[in-house]
Amino acid sequence: MSDTTYCDDCLWWENYYDGHDPIIFNYSIYRYNEFMKEVIVKWKYRGDYSLGNMFQSDFVEGFQQAFSFLGKQQASVVPIPLSTDRLQERAFNQSQLLADILPLPRHNVLSRIHSEKQSKKTRKERVETKNPFSVTESLHNPIILVDDIYTTGTTLRHAASRLREKGCPRVYTYTLIRG
Amino acid sequence: MPPPNLPKGRTPHLSSLDLQKFALLFSGKLLLRQELDLDETTFQTLLSTQSLTALPTFEQKFSRVQCQRCGNQKKSLLGTIPCQQCGQTHVYCRKCIEMGRVMACESLYYWTGQEIAWPKYDDPLTWEGTFTAAQQHAADRIVQAINQKEELLVWAVCGAGKTEMLFPGIREALKLGRRICIATPRADVVRELKPRIQQAFADVYVQALYGGSDEKDGTAQIILATTHQLLRYRQAFDLVIIDEIDAFPFHHDPSLPFAANRAKKDIHTTIYLTATPRSQQRLQIARKKLPHVFVPIRYHGHPLPVPTYKMCFTLQKDLKSDSIPRPFRKWMKTRKKPNRQLLIFVPTIALAEKMKETLTQQGILGKEAAIESVHAEDQLREEKVQQFRNKTVDALVTTTILERGVTFPSVDVAILDAGNDVFDEAALVQIAGRAGRSSDDPTGEVVFFHDGKTEAMVQAVRSIQLMNKRGGF
Repeated sequence: MSDTTYCDDCLWWENYYDGHDPIIFNYSIYRYNEFMKEVIVKWKYRGDYSLGNMFQSDFVEGFQQAFSFLGKQQASVVPIPLSTDRLQERAFNQSQLLADILPLPRHNVLSRIHSEKQSKKTRKERVETKNPFSVTESLHNPIILVDDIYTTGTTLRHAASRLREKGCPRVYTYTLIRG
Repeated sequence: MPPPNLPKGRTPHLSSLDLQKFALLFSGKLLLRQELDLDETTFQTLLSTQSLTALPTFEQKFSRVQCQRCGNQKKSLLGTIPCQQCGQTHVYCRKCIEMGRVMACESLYYWTGQEIAWPKYDDPLTWEGTFTAAQQHAADRIVQAINQKEELLVWAVCGAGKTEMLFPGIREALKLGRRICIATPRADVVRELKPRIQQAFADVYVQALYGGSDEKDGTAQIILATTHQLLRYRQAFDLVIIDEIDAFPFHHDPSLPFAANRAKKDIHTTIYLTATPRSQQRLQIARKKLPHVFVPIRYHGHPLPVPTYKMCFTLQKDLKSDSIPRPFRKWMKTRKKPNRQLLIFVPTIALAEKMKETLTQQGILGKEAAIESVHAEDQLREEKVQQFRNKTVDALVTTTILERGVTFPSVDVAILDAGNDVFDEAALVQIAGRAGRSSDDPTGEVVFFHDGKTEAMVQAVRSIQLMNKRGGF
């Protein structure tokens, strides 16, 4: 893949990690705009669970496009978890809903300590936050991390670096929206 | 966390001051746990002392499930969620989700603790105005209805002075120490009503509640609210006044009458106000099922302006190609009193914005004329309406959001594409009622620009003529 081009964000992270970015690439289906914002507010923050079902076909289609090269390698899906407090408040984890749509085994191997919502911070604050994740079980096959939005990429990289530390060979990320 | 100085096993004692505070905050409300701003210990104490009572959030009605906050039974608006709070998959309500999600594993709470004694006022009315004979008659009927705790429909033409007619009735209710709610379907109307009611009852605590209002706790004796806000009340009011019962979304959304009904105490008075009763209410009047009083004359004693028709053969084509229909252009140039402000109604938001652009570019109303457009999703809606009221804006292009409840003293009214479905009979009568509101300028032009008369237009004109006739003109 000699002709691969990188977006500014990937280059920034590559530089930030001195050439050892924990994720190989991120793939997203939708762009973030005013309409998407409304949908997300209603789905995630108001908690209208059923809205998640409308992403089903797009999310599977996007997956087949971006990750078909994995072929018979036994990859697994890992959703980004919510902290216990947040899960108690929302009653569902949007990333898990998305992960369950995909035709791969799902493993909830991450746990998260409670911290301020990412969406209320600036980019600088986000990048500098402490890694809130820990791994409860190590996986030794390729992993696709699933989340709803990729904004700065901090959350996904925090999770990915923990998985890498525990011996995961390759981590890809797949999100619904690119912020 | 419980306070450390308490012996184990005993419920913490709440002071009577605390209880009074909670009584004021929660009585008459129906709230979710997260809407009760209480720590867990206090909450449990209030529950165990039966100061708070829990209600199930959903009820099975034969084969249907109903949300107990908004009354929604529609299957498409009831979602199921694999809930991580209780570990089961159950129903939640999607209809009233904007006010906080109602889940089957939770409860709704209402206050059953000490009751509040609302203050009684000797003479709270600080308004000094006089009534016309017709207004006086209606005001007397309202007072009578309040004393006898019955229902009453006040059918008063646009600009009859409905709000003022309520004052003697509200005074009567305040004398008896009652709690009052004036509900209307539109937030704009709540905003306009607030200063008028507060002025008329200067010493009484009045609160205005609408989506995004500053005052949120809803603890006043007089509550002005959009009908949506009533979803948080239960058995709260002795007197409920529902303004504009025929307006969207009240007549369209069954959860609003459901909420209004629940917000009343068992013994109550309900006053309905309307200028354009729907057929359902007219039928009730005709069958003598609903007592009513009719006010056919405006407060200044002049008849309602009767709309005129203007045919525009190329209307749809003109509107599509961003040009101004010829008869409309001609009318704007030859108005009898060009110094009147101009209110232009259009059927869609997109058209409102486009028409504003076109009118500004072509400068038909004069080069310096300030033209604005306003619609429901407009962030600056309040400001623009205020500017129009202050006369810093000469012409306002609007969707039907300004069809009712708002008063501008001296305007001419044009309706573009009056044949569109959004302009039903009630809307057209209301829109026509925006003209000639002040006694200084009691007339005004109202013109329907159309490409074919509709039943709604004909009926609207007919009903305006009929009301003028009943008013003795």
